Amino acid sequence: MLIELGHFALALALLVALVQGTMPLLGAARGNPAWMAMAEPAAIVQSLLCAFAFAALTHAYIVSDFSVIGVAQNSHTAKPLLYKISGVWGNHEGSMVLWITVLSVFGAAVALFGANLPRTLKARTLAVQGLIGAGFITFILFTSNPFIRLNPAPAQGNGLNPLLQDPGLAFHPPMLYLGYVGFSVAFSFAVAALLEGRVDSAWARWVRPWTLAAWVFLTLGIGLGSWWAYYELGWGGWWFWDPVENASFIPWLTGTALLHSAIVVERREALKSWTILLAIITFSLSLLGTFLVRSGILTSVHAFAADPARGVFVLALLAVAIGGSFTLYAFRAPAVDGGGVFSPISREGGLLINNLLLTTAATTVLLGTLYPLIADALELGKLSVGAPYFNAVFVPLMAPLVILTGIGPLLAWKRGDLAGALQRLKAAAGLAALALIATLALNGVDLINIAAAGGMAIAVWLFAASVTEWLSRVRGQDGLSWQRIVNLPRSAYGMTCAHLGMAVLVAGVTGATAWKEERIESLKPGEHIELAGYRVTFNTARDVRGPNYAALQGEYTVTRDGAAVATMRPEKRNFSQPVQQTTEAAIHTTGISDLYVVIGDMDGAEGAFVTRVYHEPFVPFLWYGVLLMGLGGLVSLSDRRHRIGAARRVSAPTHALPAE
Amino acid sequence: MKRIALFIAAVVLSAAAFAVEPGERLADANQEARAREVSKALRCVVCQNETIDDSHAELAKDMRLLVRERIKAGDSNEQVLSYMVQRYGDFVLLKPRMTGETLVLWFGPLIVLVLGGFIVARRLRKAQPAAAAPAALSADEARALSELTKNESAKKDSAP
Amino acid sequence: MSSPEISAPPKRWPLVVPLVVVIALIALFGKRLADVEGGDDPRLLPTVLLNTPFPEMDLAALPNRAFGGLATTDLKGEVSLVNVWGSWCVACLAEHPLLVALNKEKTVPIHGIAWRDPPEASLKWLAQHGDPYTRVGQDPRSTAAIALGVTGAPETFVVDAQGVIRYKHIGPITPEVWQTKLAPLIAQLKK
Repeated sequence: MLIELGHFALALALLVALVQGTMPLLGAARGNPAWMAMAEPAAIVQSLLCAFAFAALTHAYIVSDFSVIGVAQNSHTAKPLLYKISGVWGNHEGSMVLWITVLSVFGAAVALFGANLPRTLKARTLAVQGLIGAGFITFILFTSNPFIRLNPAPAQGNGLNPLLQDPGLAFHPPMLYLGYVGFSVAFSFAVAALLEGRVDSAWARWVRPWTLAAWVFLTLGIGLGSWWAYYELGWGGWWFWDPVENASFIPWLTGTALLHSAIVVERREALKSWTILLAIITFSLSLLGTFLVRSGILTSVHAFAADPARGVFVLALLAVAIGGSFTLYAFRAPAVDGGGVFSPISREGGLLINNLLLTTAATTVLLGTLYPLIADALELGKLSVGAPYFNAVFVPLMAPLVILTGIGPLLAWKRGDLAGALQRLKAAAGLAALALIATLALNGVDLINIAAAGGMAIAVWLFAASVTEWLSRVRGQDGLSWQRIVNLPRSAYGMTCAHLGMAVLVAGVTGATAWKEERIESLKPGEHIELAGYRVTFNTARDVRGPNYAALQGEYTVTRDGAAVATMRPEKRNFSQPVQQTTEAAIHTTGISDLYVVIGDMDGAEGAFVTRVYHEPFVPFLWYGVLLMGLGGLVSLSDRRHRIGAARRVSAPTHALPAE
Repeated sequence: MKRIALFIAAVVLSAAAFAVEPGERLADANQEARAREVSKALRCVVCQNETIDDSHAELAKDMRLLVRERIKAGDSNEQVLSYMVQRYGDFVLLKPRMTGETLVLWFGPLIVLVLGGFIVARRLRKAQPAAAAPAALSADEARALSELTKNESAKKDSAP
Repeated sequence: MSSPEISAPPKRWPLVVPLVVVIALIALFGKRLADVEGGDDPRLLPTVLLNTPFPEMDLAALPNRAFGGLATTDLKGEVSLVNVWGSWCVACLAEHPLLVALNKEKTVPIHGIAWRDPPEASLKWLAQHGDPYTRVGQDPRSTAAIALGVTGAPETFVVDAQGVIRYKHIGPITPEVWQTKLAPLIAQLKK
């Protein structure tokens, strides 16, 4: 019964979304306040209906109601509760319901917290949000409906891919969707601004918190996915340049560019047309990701079951949403542009270069991801574009970005003093040089270590430069001032924190790539592997049982210089529903490096097991870096200037541009 | 139907084994290192977007063994890669070769950077004369500035 | 906007560039989607060995079968089919009755490559489901499969009388595939 109600709620949500998508638009065009006022209640009701549908579906998963098609295809009674719940979004249909729920909740949030928005802008923003919602609810109802009943109901479900039965992956998709879909708000604001024909610093201040929130979620979501791949896939890789990963990374890159360009709009009323374009591009890329993952036209290790019929529908949605907004942009952008007076050496000049590099990087990843598809379509032959390509073209773009990120924040708006900034960065440069030399001295001079030394040097440079910038703000003539430390705006702390995170991440990527070591041996009980100063001794292997799997568990004693360090128990799990094997690596971390042990197959008769041991230096830095970046976003979000609803458009005459 | 068939084949093929196993390795450490390097450049053709070095699939394992055989027989890395390309096409290479078909792929990023740089540079240059004359603060800016200096000491800005 | 605008009106055409890119991309996706729906699965890898001589190989026979193993020289002189299969392969079972029936018609000799399959398993499977093959070569370590650029089983090659590969079919042969693709090609090659 509940499931029928959920189904009904979703159908009702479609109607509400259609009202939300049309009436306020007409109202704004005709100046009819009553029609415009329909936007807020519609957005709130739509989100409640979607949330109810999602809850009803989740309930069916929890109670294992196999008469519901989605549950029968993807769940199983023997699964732990957490994975029954995460099973809701572990498949195409359920994930779309989550997607639409997140979308409508963002819409409702704009309705609730956007009290200070001008009436027409708010009505138009919510209407665009409603139109996106209407499109995707239609998609669910007509091509991907998880609420359909099976008659007769099977006695048992098919189960969830065991690789997905993992805490990291349980939260990865919701986080990612909060990010992806969160960018819809920036998109709606951008389209609304184009319709309004005006963009000013108040607009940027309204958009910024939403963009920031989406960016934080996307950052953490990508980080979570990477972390999962690292510990679950069994060989310590953390980034694969797989099309599906790229699909989330490309909007991250443009979203990061958007965050930075929005500052320029806010502070200087410049780059307006470009910022609008970035907002449209970022959400369009999120939609593109949704399409690529579900259409089956690109191959990936973790795409959803391919279905071209769905692909056609999503492509049509894409054509309308993206094509429509770009058309609108082409016609209306001249109306919003203005300003755009820049000195090359200035904060805004720096942000412009930041945008250039980030956008180029995003284009590069997009090109590499789509190239096999383009080659197929143009009949240039089948080819693959994998990690070696991306590493070769992406890293040269990122290195200058990291270096310039150290300098940019020290430049003043309008006319910066490059010589002065560099003067203040002498210490940072010194530390970077030290890192370079130390890396080479410790590891020897060969091709890999020269690259690694470069990576470490720019990481140290950015870290030190960010600290320098902070110090320069809080230090007066009389030394550090507590007053200044406290009074520095949170957005400044947010920036520093995120940039420090970037530095830590660069160090992590560099170290983990350059100095990963591995040993693969067949070990009998009592035999050991030595690696990076550790001695890993194989004691025994035994069978253990989990809630819905049987596993082989190895026991290894780890010592260092004769002193016990840890006992590690990697597992190899055999799931029966569906039949699949997973590896559960055992990881011992020092906080700076990880020791990673995996048990493989039995080798020969004497109780020997294939054992792989990896030493993964600096991998924890990846997670610290991501967390710091996310934290930076949150801190910035808490700034009083960005606090949702705090921004107020200065009353008429409208916020005028300085005459420049 | 075809799709189902291949799916089944792939599942069956990937049922066992691991990436590189101890028994596969070459005695000569130098040759083994080269084999790893070559394996990391080759795509596992039954799985998707995995190198044969990482793949658990049986066919990938056999490809790894073949790579090692050829290296032992004296092939250069490039010769081993060519051997695979002759059989599976460019598809098997994870780093596409630079050919007429991949020019856009390899030079696209550079073109975007140069074009973008050109646009940015024009914008910056055009701005210079205007920027030379310091602009008067608008009423709003003045108000914002005074508010900022009142509440937040000294430095004028804050960012992300 | 009440802002003082820049003197020269901004050029409008650059604003259309993003739209053009988007339209081109959507057209590309549309074409790919239509291709995929038309059966051009992106995972299917066409052979690059088309119109090249069948690669050199000399595969051992299955014990106690009437004909021997499979060598490249065996393929010269007559149009033939080479079918890569394994007893572990479910899809192979799907096409097998068709192969058995074709063998009875004697239009073309069918050779088998037993891929990654212990000989006992292959023999047992053939005894159980029928043996349509003239020659069968064992390929325990995928040497032949890799030489042929095989990605999954079953795959079937059409080889002409000069021992040149003329066609590769990926996946099970259905009656439709046989009638529309393989049979006409074989008839033409025999002329």
